[in-house]
Amino acid sequence: MPGLTLGLLSVPVLAGLIGTLAPAFGLDPLAPDGPGLAAFGGMWQWPGLWPAARLSVTSGVGSTLLALVISLGLVAALIGRPGFATVQRLLSPLLSVPHAAAALGLAFLISPSGWIARALSPWATGWTAPPDLLIVNDPAGLALTVGLVAKEMPFLMLMILAALPQTDAARRLTLAASLGYGRLAGFALTVLPGLYAQLRLPVYAVLAYGMTAVEMAMILGPTLPPSLSVQVVHWATEPSLTHRGTAAAAALLQIGLVAGALALWRLAELGVTRSLRHAATTGRRGGLLDRVLLPVVLGLGLTPALALFAGLAGLSVWSVAGLWSFPDALPADLTLATWVRAGPGLWGAGATTLTLAVASTALALGLVLACLEAEHRYGLNPSAGVLWLLYLPLIMPQVAFLPGLQMLALSAGAQGGAVMVASVHLVFVLPYVFLSLAAPYRAWDGRIALQGAALGASPARVFWQLRLPMLLGAVLTAGAVGIAVSVGQYLPTLLIGGGRVETLTTEAVALSSGGNRRVIGAYALLQMALPALGFALALAVPRLIFRNRRGVGLA
Amino acid sequence: MRLTRRQFGIVATASLLASRAVAQDWASVTAAARGQTVYWHAWGGDPKINDFIAFIGSEAQARSGVTLEHVKLASTADAVARVLAERDAGQTTGGAVDLIWINGENFAAMKAQGLLFGPFAQSLPNWRLVDTVGKPATVTDFTLPTMGYESPWAMAQLVFEYDSAQLRAPPADLAGLKAFILAHPGRFTYPQPPDYLGVTFLKQVMYGVMADPGILQSPVDPAGYEAATAPLWAFLDDIHPSLWRSARAFPANEPALGQLFADAEVDIAFAFNPGRASAEIAAGTLPDTVRTFVLAGGTIGNASFVAIPFNAAHREGALVIANLILDPAVQARAQDPAVLGFQTVLDVAALPPEDKARFDALTLGAATLSPADLGPALLEPHASWVTRIAADWVTRYGTAP
Repeated sequence: MPGLTLGLLSVPVLAGLIGTLAPAFGLDPLAPDGPGLAAFGGMWQWPGLWPAARLSVTSGVGSTLLALVISLGLVAALIGRPGFATVQRLLSPLLSVPHAAAALGLAFLISPSGWIARALSPWATGWTAPPDLLIVNDPAGLALTVGLVAKEMPFLMLMILAALPQTDAARRLTLAASLGYGRLAGFALTVLPGLYAQLRLPVYAVLAYGMTAVEMAMILGPTLPPSLSVQVVHWATEPSLTHRGTAAAAALLQIGLVAGALALWRLAELGVTRSLRHAATTGRRGGLLDRVLLPVVLGLGLTPALALFAGLAGLSVWSVAGLWSFPDALPADLTLATWVRAGPGLWGAGATTLTLAVASTALALGLVLACLEAEHRYGLNPSAGVLWLLYLPLIMPQVAFLPGLQMLALSAGAQGGAVMVASVHLVFVLPYVFLSLAAPYRAWDGRIALQGAALGASPARVFWQLRLPMLLGAVLTAGAVGIAVSVGQYLPTLLIGGGRVETLTTEAVALSSGGNRRVIGAYALLQMALPALGFALALAVPRLIFRNRRGVGLA
Repeated sequence: MRLTRRQFGIVATASLLASRAVAQDWASVTAAARGQTVYWHAWGGDPKINDFIAFIGSEAQARSGVTLEHVKLASTADAVARVLAERDAGQTTGGAVDLIWINGENFAAMKAQGLLFGPFAQSLPNWRLVDTVGKPATVTDFTLPTMGYESPWAMAQLVFEYDSAQLRAPPADLAGLKAFILAHPGRFTYPQPPDYLGVTFLKQVMYGVMADPGILQSPVDPAGYEAATAPLWAFLDDIHPSLWRSARAFPANEPALGQLFADAEVDIAFAFNPGRASAEIAAGTLPDTVRTFVLAGGTIGNASFVAIPFNAAHREGALVIANLILDPAVQARAQDPAVLGFQTVLDVAALPPEDKARFDALTLGAATLSPADLGPALLEPHASWVTRIAADWVTRYGTAP
């Protein structure tokens, strides 16, 4: 089974990789200078290369660090308390917010002509026209970092929630508390080590995503120069078709940067482990830590999520807005024109979107479960190379990755079509499903299987009647993540489908390119609906099924 | 200019010869087109344009039995990438793209790569209605003769937009614009080159500050380039400190600039569609006090085109659509300020009376300038200038605020 999955994944990934490498080394019918390193020369000559690369690293690493620390802090502060369920419910719909919509919503909130400024003008600020302040697109990439944190936090929170049941957190915290440890210190010393081991792959994915994000960087990031990922898109889509080699070369540089950042992150993990061990041996109970940090975590931790909510609320208002000029806090008149316009074709596109998402996610879940079960039964261990293969579709810029994939599909004689599109979605869905599910699956207490076997149950019966039900929450969460990933695919759907497969996202992204907040607001809500349903089910179903099993499916 | 005239001659002769052979062919084209589904890959970022393409689709179905599917793109480059991949994969028939909305550099690149079917434009029955003499941009795209490899569908000319409730007297010429920018820091900006509207602004400035703008019609002479463009960079150096955000950030493209204007972050914006402001007022998204103006001496003008990839699966259907787009009724609808406000590519004066009446019946729209007030359309400079100044802009301003 792992072999089949690897085969399914490696063919398209290698095709995509070759499709990137070939133009970078001039092995492309369009390369102006023939084979060679001219494309790299073109890349070095761009004066913005180092600022752009630096920006990718700082915004990617900074946002991942912030999102991780805030998420862990919130969980540590709230675990076992009544507010915990509220935070879960608050964050899960944010996962399905399309990136462009999240960025535009935030931009509308914080820009000098945005909602906050409108609400305070002119009565408090005296502004009758928006002030000339550089908030969005700031050169240091702060707005971009905040946007990434807001978008990555819900994902990390969900991953933490899926992993918690395997950490025995409540009993460990109780034990730590009974020994006099503070809440944060107790969490860091007893729960975090087991939790982070399960969280590692998702964190790496968040880091890779943060360093390669395109849509958010285009809207919130600096433009002089933009981040490397955005510049790759600029080069790849340059109308004269002469910079595709440069784009491919820069894509390779980007892979190198991500690999370097991941290596540094791993080193930092070792450093943190050492200092935690040291802290454990000092015997300090960390009571002061709680008094200083807990209010900060609770006060600021939800700010990014709340900002995201407010931005989306702003876009929702835009979707029914007529004329809405500065400094009006609300539109002068309301109209349903945007929604009426979106109406026809909505059902067709929605049904296609759902079919593609369910098909690719179901297949991915099946393959990943089969892999993990085989790994468990036959004691297999995936090598580092396999993990890299898994990660390539996530860290490769899609504009560089897809031409190769498209060539493969066309050479194989595949004519677009929904099946072809669903199988390409699988390439992007499978890694996320795997990294969402792998750690909780492996962390499942094997002694239960042993007991089952001792009572005469076959491995298949143990899988179906013990393991799968107990991991239902994690499986459904992984499925919801898969659906969200599939729903979000624009370029693969368009290119591989040849324009024949119309989804909510192809429609929404094309419309977003016009920067029209009214349209983007309407489609953001529509695009959110399907994955939000998935996440709601992932949270609700285990509760419903296990309402009479206190220890299963709940954190 | 002489070069351009010769290009017209070639096109005119070609069209004359072609039209005879083509008349009887058209019947076979329409016969083959009936029942086809044409996939028109076109930018999908403007709901008004999307609605208009849907209207063309319903007309095509009713008149010729051709089904039109609008494949909405975020960028034309996505369709170009698809055609390119098909060619590289050896797929010379049955391609996914039947018709593509294209302009300037995309056209030049696709034509140079042999990715376009043609010449076909002269074979369209409605081609004779196109004003190729009065509107030379219909047969030249960035000084490159189209040679029938693309067919025009709308005229575009740069116009500036302002809110007459905020700004009494808009600038009359480029010097006036500069004076306005310096007197009102932070209230003007342009899309970041190499975005096409941003580069268009640079071209407009070149026309205003160069000693001899005539040389823009020929390829760049490397020896004289520095001296010729020095006034452009001097102009930009002067205005940049007074631009929006002190030129430390720029809007990405035309929609982003339009949004800044709608949010009152800038006082003057500009667009390539002279009817955009009127159409936005009609849609209720801009105040009805918005007006447009042009600069003395004229503004850059060009045309939007459709082209057919070499391997289009439904070539006949695509031809029928390209012809339908040139139909006077369709062109008049596009020019309606309540629909799109796109200026027609047809020679209205030469139309049959009942078709001419369709255009005469149109109101201009509150913010749209009359053809007389719109002033002369300046020709696009040679593509080599565009490449060079866009690259130089990035070197000078694009990497360090």
